[in-house]
Amino acid sequence: MQTLQFLLSRLAKGILVVLAIVVLDFVLIHLAPGDPASVMAGESGATDEAFVQQLRVKFGLDQPFTTQLGLYIWGVVRLDLGFSHRQQMPVLDLVLDRLPATLLLTGAAFVFSLTVGVVMGAWAAAHKGRPLDRIITTVSLVFYATPLFWMALMAVLIFSVWLDWLPAFGLYDVGGNATLGERALDVARHLVLPAVTLGLFFTAVYVRMTRASMIEVARQDFVKTLRAKGLSERVILRRHVLRNAVLPVVTLAGVQAGQMVGGAVMTETVFAWPGIGRLMYEALIQRDYNLLLGVFVVSAAMVVVFNILTDLVYRMVDPRIEVSR
Amino acid sequence: MSEPTVPHEPVLSVANLAIELPAGADRLYAVEHVSFDIHRGETLAIVGESGSGKSMSANAVMGLLPPGTRAAQGTAKLDGIDLLRLDAEAMRAIRGRRIGMIFQEPMTALDPLMRIGDQIAEVFEAHGLLAPAERRARALALLTEVGIPEPERAIHAYPFQLSGGQRQRVVIAMALALDPVLLIADEPTTALDVTTQAQILKLIRELQDKHGTAVMFITHDFGVVADIADRVVVMSKGRVVETGAAADVLGAPQDAYTRQLIAAIPTGRPAAGDGPRKAAGETVLEVRGLTKTYRSAGGFFRPARVVHAVRDVSFDLARGETLGVVGESGSGKSSLGRCLVRLIEPDAGSIRLNGQETMGQSVGEMRIWRRRMQMVFQDPYGSLNPRTRVGRIVAEGPIAAGMPIGAALKKAGDLLALVGLDASAVDRFPHEFSGGQRQRIGIARALALDPEIIIADEAVSALDVSIQAQVLRLLADLKTRLDLALIFITHDLRVAATICDKVAVMRKGEVVEMGPAAQVFGDPQHEYTRRLIAAIPGRAEGDAFGARAAAI
Repeated sequence: MQTLQFLLSRLAKGILVVLAIVVLDFVLIHLAPGDPASVMAGESGATDEAFVQQLRVKFGLDQPFTTQLGLYIWGVVRLDLGFSHRQQMPVLDLVLDRLPATLLLTGAAFVFSLTVGVVMGAWAAAHKGRPLDRIITTVSLVFYATPLFWMALMAVLIFSVWLDWLPAFGLYDVGGNATLGERALDVARHLVLPAVTLGLFFTAVYVRMTRASMIEVARQDFVKTLRAKGLSERVILRRHVLRNAVLPVVTLAGVQAGQMVGGAVMTETVFAWPGIGRLMYEALIQRDYNLLLGVFVVSAAMVVVFNILTDLVYRMVDPRIEVSR
Repeated sequence: MSEPTVPHEPVLSVANLAIELPAGADRLYAVEHVSFDIHRGETLAIVGESGSGKSMSANAVMGLLPPGTRAAQGTAKLDGIDLLRLDAEAMRAIRGRRIGMIFQEPMTALDPLMRIGDQIAEVFEAHGLLAPAERRARALALLTEVGIPEPERAIHAYPFQLSGGQRQRVVIAMALALDPVLLIADEPTTALDVTTQAQILKLIRELQDKHGTAVMFITHDFGVVADIADRVVVMSKGRVVETGAAADVLGAPQDAYTRQLIAAIPTGRPAAGDGPRKAAGETVLEVRGLTKTYRSAGGFFRPARVVHAVRDVSFDLARGETLGVVGESGSGKSSLGRCLVRLIEPDAGSIRLNGQETMGQSVGEMRIWRRRMQMVFQDPYGSLNPRTRVGRIVAEGPIAAGMPIGAALKKAGDLLALVGLDASAVDRFPHEFSGGQRQRIGIARALALDPEIIIADEAVSALDVSIQAQVLRLLADLKTRLDLALIFITHDLRVAATICDKVAVMRKGEVVEMGPAAQVFGDPQHEYTRRLIAAIPGRAEGDAFGARAAAI
């Protein structure tokens, strides 16, 4: 019951936040010099002022700013994100077309970084000060400090070019008559490099965070009580220390999850992954404002959704939250 | 209460124990030449101040010494088996099964993310006993036995849903789950309110009588010792200085250190020769109808919660007078102090300083009078900035008030000398000082602005008795010399009775009783005051502080 109340209140707030972001994005984009009509006209070689004006009327750009904003918000409320004149398709279709690829990539990166990060961090903490701990912390520091694009290029160079183990580009390359299993395997092989590259930074963050948090929790009073009960060190670490230590990691995982949709631009570009990030990049280059705005709105909505999800997860892992909020 | 000694083997026999500290510590051994026996059904109190090695000795018996330390010499035989020679796995089988342990801090002694019932059931699981359903049934029975209200509900509760006293009951339930022969209680009531302390002591006593458990009770409080111990071991600086039956040690201490410790206990009687107390000067502080209410912000669907931290509190304070504010945790006594110096903003009421109203002033106006009312805080470790030199800490107030830095630092030096610290203290950092010394620094800091009123919020609660006595003397001395008014907030009624002229007893934000200290403690009118006094450890019926006076 309380969870339902919580969910409703968070959803209400979330909708307000998304609407505020729509207004802000809309204003910002219209502050940028050059409108889509003049860009299109310029590209098609037409310098005729009448033609540009005709385009403006067609796009609704001749209307007063507030009217345009109002119409746009009204559209968003009805889940209509406008029309991309450049691509000659509704924006929502374009975005929904690319969304699964991005969710697959970032979701895989998320799961990868979270599991590997927490497991490695816990492992390092259990061997604190010993060689295994040193190796794990050093490697994670290297990944923490290396720029993403460089890591991506190196991964392609080593695993695709030199070793030829994994494909470097695209989402799939099997033809139309493949079975479902073959397709899945094909996509999975394409997924490995971009997902790992994208996830490595956060893996390193989780390793360090889990390790530090576990060492801190292990010093707390209740661990002594557990020892006094006669529990084995293994049970103490797994069942009690790790569970308490994972709370700050959940907070950070929420941040990462929120970034998932918008934050993969670079990886998608390097690995030619047909996702939202590349769509946004193309829209920006082509001044396809409606499309750009659409991507922003969907990303913002995703951030809000993942934040709510994080809070829900938090309420599940930490019983104290319910009362204190 | 121990059975007359049939010559049987002691449950635990510690002989010549020495615990080695890590290299580079200030001494080689944490404890040395420690020997004592505990028999079935007996309570042995190990008494000493912080750093005496009393907890270390208990941890050694439990096999829970901190990393870097180790039992270097001696034996600790539990029913003939030397615990110090057991390997980790054998020791684990003993912990929880043969020896139970309870700790000082009930608030942090339980895993915050696990239900109470599961935590108790875990004791059986750890030793591979019973099926899960039986474990649950036993957990329920144990919760009932330790007197948790509504055990069927509590078994599903998380620790944060229980009070400190209830959590300590849960820890006791876990410690006694497998009917151990020995229970080690490491300051189990120190963090509790006085009435809760009395209940927990009673519970331990009852369970001990029922199960015949031997109890090793570690404490710094001689009042508690008088209440529960059969025999006493007094420790100082890692050595046993005195051992004997409780009545003998308390009544006729042989060792100089024990005598000194017992003499340092607040007597609950005003120190003799304190001069005419009635000659109090003009009134410096008038408080009327002070109120602070907390409302938790309600959300879209949430009702707001209301807590009355301070409720319609009124009193006068004269120059040279000490007002004690006593009450249990959550009674609002600290909120009252913070409201007075406006660290929290009261909702309503009037605070008149030398006849001038201070409520409703701007921040700038507040700065002018705030220096006349200064606070000394409870935690001598947390209340000083660890990265700032002591001289600067003390001088900061005057500098902020416009005094040239050189003059302020010179004054800081003088003040540190006034509170009994060496002149070199100015250039040192807080971590170089002991708890008592830090509290002196805190007092010097409060005095730096030449205040007329000092508000001491549990200023001696974290200190050992002997240090506590010194700091109390210092405060009393400064009060007379500088003609200060003192508001002394404490949960310790003995301390309040010793140094206060007037006492206000608070409960749930309200002052339930106020009057001269002798009257409030000698002839309490309110039922709550009577309950508080009855709960003071080590007292006999009829006289609030008589038992120890007689014992001494």
